[in-house]
Amino acid sequence: MTRLETAGALIGRTVERVEDAGLLTGRGRYIDDLPVRRDTAHLAILRSPHGHAEIRAIDTTAARALPGVFTVLTGEDVARLTRSMTVGVKANVECWPIARDRVRYVGEPVALVVAENRYVAEDALDLIEVDYAKLAAVVDPEKALAADAQVLHPSLGTNLINERIFRYGDPEAALATAAHRISIRIAYPRNSCTPIETYGVIAEYDPGEDAYDVTANFQGPFSIHAVISRALNVPGNRMRLRTPPDSGGSFGIKQGVFPYVILAAVAARVAGRPVKWIEDRLEHLTASVSATNRVTALEAAVAADGRITALFWDQLEDCGAHLRAPEPATLYRMHGNMTGAYAIENVAIRNRVVLTNKTPTGLNRGFGGPQVYFALERLVHKIAVELGLDRLDVIRRNLVPADAFPYRTATGGLLDSGDYRVALDRALGEGGLEAMRLRRDEARAEGRLYGIGYAAVVEPSVSNMSYITTVLTPEERAKAGPKNGAQAVATIAIDPLGSVTVKVASVPQGQGHRTVLAQVVAERLGLSLEAVRVNAELDTARDAWSIASGNYASRFAAAVAGAAALAADRIRDRLAAIAAAQLNVTADSVDFGAGKLFDRNNPDNAVSFGRVAAASHWAPGTLPDGTGQTIRETVFWTPEQLEAPTATDGINSSLCHGFIFDFCGVEIDRTTGQVRIDRYVTMHDCGRILHPGMVDGQVRGGFAQAVGAALYEEYAYGGDGSFLTGTLADYLIPTVMETPEPLILHHETLSPFTPLGAKGVGEGNCMSTPVCIANAVADALGVEDIQLPLSPSRVSEWLYGEERPPSKPRDPTPAATGASGERMLTGSGSAEVTATRDSVWAMLLDPNTLKAIIPGAHEVRKVSDTHFRAEVTLGIGPVKGRYRADIRLSDMVEPEAVTLSGGTEGALGSGRGTGRVTLTETTTGTRIDYRYEAAIGGKVASVGGRLLDGAARVVIGQFFQALARHAGSASDAIGLKKRLSTLFRRRR
Amino acid sequence: MPHLNAAQRHLVHFTLNGRMVRAEVENRMLLSDLLRHEIGLTGTHVGCEHGVCGACTVQIDGKPARACLTLAQQIRGSNIRTVEALVTDPAVLSPLQAAFRHHHGLQCGFCTPGILMSLDALLRERPDAGRKEIREHLSGHLCRCTGYATIIEAALDAAEEQRKEETPNA
Repeated sequence: MTRLETAGALIGRTVERVEDAGLLTGRGRYIDDLPVRRDTAHLAILRSPHGHAEIRAIDTTAARALPGVFTVLTGEDVARLTRSMTVGVKANVECWPIARDRVRYVGEPVALVVAENRYVAEDALDLIEVDYAKLAAVVDPEKALAADAQVLHPSLGTNLINERIFRYGDPEAALATAAHRISIRIAYPRNSCTPIETYGVIAEYDPGEDAYDVTANFQGPFSIHAVISRALNVPGNRMRLRTPPDSGGSFGIKQGVFPYVILAAVAARVAGRPVKWIEDRLEHLTASVSATNRVTALEAAVAADGRITALFWDQLEDCGAHLRAPEPATLYRMHGNMTGAYAIENVAIRNRVVLTNKTPTGLNRGFGGPQVYFALERLVHKIAVELGLDRLDVIRRNLVPADAFPYRTATGGLLDSGDYRVALDRALGEGGLEAMRLRRDEARAEGRLYGIGYAAVVEPSVSNMSYITTVLTPEERAKAGPKNGAQAVATIAIDPLGSVTVKVASVPQGQGHRTVLAQVVAERLGLSLEAVRVNAELDTARDAWSIASGNYASRFAAAVAGAAALAADRIRDRLAAIAAAQLNVTADSVDFGAGKLFDRNNPDNAVSFGRVAAASHWAPGTLPDGTGQTIRETVFWTPEQLEAPTATDGINSSLCHGFIFDFCGVEIDRTTGQVRIDRYVTMHDCGRILHPGMVDGQVRGGFAQAVGAALYEEYAYGGDGSFLTGTLADYLIPTVMETPEPLILHHETLSPFTPLGAKGVGEGNCMSTPVCIANAVADALGVEDIQLPLSPSRVSEWLYGEERPPSKPRDPTPAATGASGERMLTGSGSAEVTATRDSVWAMLLDPNTLKAIIPGAHEVRKVSDTHFRAEVTLGIGPVKGRYRADIRLSDMVEPEAVTLSGGTEGALGSGRGTGRVTLTETTTGTRIDYRYEAAIGGKVASVGGRLLDGAARVVIGQFFQALARHAGSASDAIGLKKRLSTLFRRRR
Repeated sequence: MPHLNAAQRHLVHFTLNGRMVRAEVENRMLLSDLLRHEIGLTGTHVGCEHGVCGACTVQIDGKPARACLTLAQQIRGSNIRTVEALVTDPAVLSPLQAAFRHHHGLQCGFCTPGILMSLDALLRERPDAGRKEIREHLSGHLCRCTGYATIIEAALDAAEEQRKEETPNA
């Protein structure tokens, strides 16, 4: 397309943001700040404590009876009023926003409570009883494919929900003739760019029109609006979706609020009043959304000089328990640029998508890029090392040459512009590689561990809405009908006083869209920045929008700002025609500046912008013939380069492709295993820079998140599917102390495909930085199998090997790890009490006595003579939680012996165990002997064995201590002391 | 602190941004919820409700504190300041706020009020605070947008500005 000319008055300047005055003074309007109807109730969600279990029964009676509770809904209640959410692949599987007969991940919604406030709603959650039958959990994506693996969705019959094989060029021939074949295997972990503001939804339902009205801090893409409407079983015009004026960050994550839009909408319908839900942090980390974890095997055919002639990708994508829209998009977003920044003509790809007992995945900054580039750039590093070549030479030799743009990649991508070699060489020079090498050499001479890493990546932006259809076969695509493009939209309106308003559907989450749009439009209309006001809230019932609307895939600068420029130019042409008549000149000699329209050849011949602009309102009859109104102009723009996938599966998955070259030096502390980033240099080609301050802000922000992904962050699961990182004390986000300041460099080559020449920039470092740091660590340690995050404990394993067992085991029966990630505990002990054997026996079977003696018990209920239920609060180390215990008595030999068996469960973990208690008459009363075996899973199991063993002994000891106190005469202090000392005599 | 009946609401009175406030609240009501949902001052944000992220930081008797870890009943008679108190004239930003705007020390702005309240307390108590001290002081705040560098620059700039104002002839 013809690029729009820019005068340069405002675009490209770092102006202060129009958003900031409100945000800095506490006047932001985020979702939890918005006014709501006076009858609005609050929603709280009961969530699964198990990774995988059948729901046998849910008893909501007590919760419904709690004063202040309006309604309680289960999965079946929701299902009656909705339809399963659309799944993006052809598969016999349903996808519900709440569990029905089975829970498939920790945190999956199980029941909804609507109550007068959040406190009461959460109280009611504690009163809901769910009877679960645990199933084996599938956590590892490779094990999920095993023939005997537990299947998550019986209707599917397998955990493999989709597989596609692609072939471009002749990869086998390239491999056959290659001098070398070099391969790498990686397992990329789960993580999330987790924003500081959590999800929020305010929903209401109008039964008169069968219409929903929902405000949510959703970020798009608005293709999801179709998924929501279909799930709620209403036409799109009866599902009004609005976004709040401000949003506390998203980074892709707030796409995942949509299942809660459905749940809150249904809850509002059933409750008969508006419902508000604000997610808490535990819910957010456990169950909002995460990036995919992926196992990749990548092999390259390599010439002797390091030139790569073919790539063989084998990607196993773990999308969690359900394939939620738009997944498996993470796997296909990069499809057109699977060759990265390199000219590689032959590519084979096998893509498999597997379901496991983890939270369903969704958008996350970098979307697919971190997983792909971690494999590709680790492989390029390895090629150089194995062939004894300079790593930079291997990169340079493979880069797409500058004269090849626009360059069609093997997989169908169209790289728009770039000069990769020059950008790389500039980065090395201006970034100080030579000095870094000297520091490395000095460090190594002193025996320190210093390494240098490189990464070259292509950063795709402005997604082709059809790339996800590459997951379908060409035949399936033909049947479904063609999909392509990505509509961006902007509206410019002029009011009767001649002032300008811009309206976009870009749904910013802190990026400063309103400022940049004011710059773009003000510059084109010759106005000051302050003269243009921008509204970026979206209301699907009122505003111009389409499926591509929203804030994702780095589409703002390239697509949305471009559409605004196009709209401004249309208005500008009409204003010029109107002014030409008034100035008595031709339209092409009218110029815009300083709030005036004037004759370029005689600037004194001028008329005010407001006067010309308002003419359409006040005197439409005076407009020159054929000149349209200047009241409102809406431009939809979709780039022609975003074509549907070809019959041979070629796909230009994105419109723009920025280039990034990073290098860094890291030093590893030999003692602690800590990785310290000495210096980080990041070179970006993001096309035309519209606002340098914001571009650098995007780079720094993405970089900081990538440092977290590289060194600290992982959504960790236990072998039983338990979620281990539910607080910000477990999921470690870098603070200012862990975040180095990168050197940011720019090399602009304008995109020929976008109106302003801009490309996206917000996601690149999430793609380049983790692997750049990993390459530096590989260089420092000489280790090839690098796994993220590079925590001190993991690095220490490479430094020191596996931790050896202690020379003097503390316990002769050391704790073993249970088969499904549980921790096994055993122990025994005895206590002597003064009560008779019969009375001790009676106490053990009496709920009131049990309540008094079970540590932390709130309530003990007798279900039958041999079945008790207890509610207990226990603290083990830093983990304090509320548990529900089920205790059954068996093998009863009255009054001599009984076996207690049972299980507990709570948000922080679960346990099960058996204990044999025997009562023996003694001369002074009764001796109680006990022996137990227990297995503990979930978060409590991650506390650490020594702590847990000790804590279990203390808790069990407390139980018998209390029993002894209850059973013995406590009047004699000496006797008590003696009893206590015998009580804690442990058998070894 | 008096013994409180769990079944009843209790009166709590304190000074909020220079004005006396009286509120009748449940014992378990958090200060963050009281400020935001009972009083309607929504500038104090809630990010984690377990004291890690720092978004809810307010000043209690001049000291930065987590509103999400404070029960409303604990602030009887205290002097509370929130982000809304940082400007005296709503149209004019304080030097600290102006420095944040100038240096792009915020993007989504959600963590910003807490950071401002921490820095405001630091710069009043330690006007000479340098880069190292400011960094350490901010280590109790999580920001997911900015990568922190511009926050530090803004804080240093504001500290410098404050020193100039205090010694106009220097």
